[in-house]
Amino acid sequence: MAELDYKIIVGLEIHVQLATRTKMFCGCELVFAGEPNSRVCPVCLGLPGALPVMNKQAVEFAILTASALNCKIAKFTKWDRKSYYYPDLPKNYQISQYDLPVGENGFIEIPLADGQSKKIRIRRVHLEEDAGKNLHSGAFSQVDLNRAGMPLMEIVTEPDMNNPQEVATLAMELQRIVRFLGVSQADMQKGHMRFEPNVNVVIKKDGGEFKTPITEIKNLNSFKALEKGTAFEAKRQLNEFLERGEVMKSGNKKTFGWDDERGVTVLQREKEEAHDYRYFPDPDLVPVTVDEKWLTDIQSGCRELPLAMQKRFITDYSLNDYDAGVLTADKDTAGFFDEAVKAGGEPKRICNFITQTGLKISGEKNCRVSQLGISPQRLAELAKLVAGGTVNATAAAAIFEKMMQDDSEPQKIAESLNLIQKSDEGELAKIVDEILAANQDAVNEVKSDGKKSKKAQGFLMGQVMQRTKGTANPQVVAKIMNERLK
Amino acid sequence: MKNRGKTVITIDMDKQKITVERVKTVAKLARLNLNDAEISQFSAQLSDILQYIEKLNQLDTAGIEPLAHCLPVSNCLRDDIIKPSLGTEKTLSNAPDSDGQFFIVPKILDESGNL
Repeated sequence: MAELDYKIIVGLEIHVQLATRTKMFCGCELVFAGEPNSRVCPVCLGLPGALPVMNKQAVEFAILTASALNCKIAKFTKWDRKSYYYPDLPKNYQISQYDLPVGENGFIEIPLADGQSKKIRIRRVHLEEDAGKNLHSGAFSQVDLNRAGMPLMEIVTEPDMNNPQEVATLAMELQRIVRFLGVSQADMQKGHMRFEPNVNVVIKKDGGEFKTPITEIKNLNSFKALEKGTAFEAKRQLNEFLERGEVMKSGNKKTFGWDDERGVTVLQREKEEAHDYRYFPDPDLVPVTVDEKWLTDIQSGCRELPLAMQKRFITDYSLNDYDAGVLTADKDTAGFFDEAVKAGGEPKRICNFITQTGLKISGEKNCRVSQLGISPQRLAELAKLVAGGTVNATAAAAIFEKMMQDDSEPQKIAESLNLIQKSDEGELAKIVDEILAANQDAVNEVKSDGKKSKKAQGFLMGQVMQRTKGTANPQVVAKIMNERLK
Repeated sequence: MKNRGKTVITIDMDKQKITVERVKTVAKLARLNLNDAEISQFSAQLSDILQYIEKLNQLDTAGIEPLAHCLPVSNCLRDDIIKPSLGTEKTLSNAPDSDGQFFIVPKILDESGNL
């Protein structure tokens, strides 16, 4: 198929588990791997007379996400029953949204490898409840309903992706957005994000254009499986087209499962009736109307998205792509950094404080950088001390740690820790001279300009630092040393 | 959990008749096991009911928003606050079969016999 002119077409459906405390229609707690059937109530069980009541937080999370994905938000939305029989669905219907989703007609921007970005259109964002879990063992199946009724947000893209990498990139960008917005933990290991790509291939051959039948791949719950599954399916369709020439027509859409161990897609046979969902409005739930005020309140949570912020950090603050990416991994850190820079901190220096010291400590403490006890304004003060030569970078890290318990000015802390940088040339020259005199071998090594010259110079610098307990201004010391060792 | 499936409460209003085939389909969807006599009986009855309901089509509904709910109420929302669940023992107490942890159901197979 080397010479074949073809294009892969992929649209993606993504299910995201929302980070609410409770289920979508009852007060049962969301737990992962809890004791089976321990978070279940009459609503989850669909017992007669039990009435579902919508979780406000879930609606707001969906509206916030749909807004961030540039969707048109429905002023009026309702809940529909989608009927099918399966033991993990006690009511025999799933509560979902059919014709009036929370949001429609949006787009997401994804970064491409060449530094450009691409817009992928979002068809819809809607809410629905999750089903329980079936475990198959021997002659029977076991059913755990802890997951039944957990809030899921389904996001459906238009078929705007043209290779498996783009599909995986979109999934990762979406993970970053929902984490950034705080609407989902988006933990792949816990099944918080599940993917169903719709794949087909358009082939140009003998002057004609041929479309292969669309297939939907189920059971993809990692970025790797998503990329591999999409690639495998596109290749399989190409081969099948070349062998059998089947093209897309009404009713020949197929569903495949992904076998992660063998790395292949497997055809799932489904009868036509299986898709007869008989949607109708759920009489148990009243519609939700969204007025301007509520919408504005919700949207105040998403002024700027991670990718836009990352780009701004690169253009406005001259950070590199990597640093900007680390800072915009979560909204809290990104906002903290931005505020510290706006308070007068030099961007690269603030970035280093956060990425080298702050994130390490907050990781150990399992909290956010903003919760370490240092305000962005005080961090900016610390950055100014470094910029002004009052303390050096090594000392700044020590001051940072002290500042977490001590509310005094960074300058005061630096003084109390004896970390004020020595920049006085006369004073430092004296120390340099003493060190040079005591280390004649190293001095000769430097002067010989041989292989070990650099190392010897580093050694001498280290000696000065040790003598001054790290407070010597490295630039000044280097200048003096260079003069002496010419 | 596809959403773009067909809405099927398709009633063939033009024909005003429920065919034997349609009764079979609906019975299958509802997991009802009907014999031939029942199927023909129900197709006649359902056709009669539909013919009666057909009267509604005499109303001019042009320009009227479809009704999403019978009650003039919206936004019944609750705060995201945890309430006690039943607990495993109570949850399973009405189950036809359980192992103390899970509901036990006959082995789940799809139409093609796959797990």
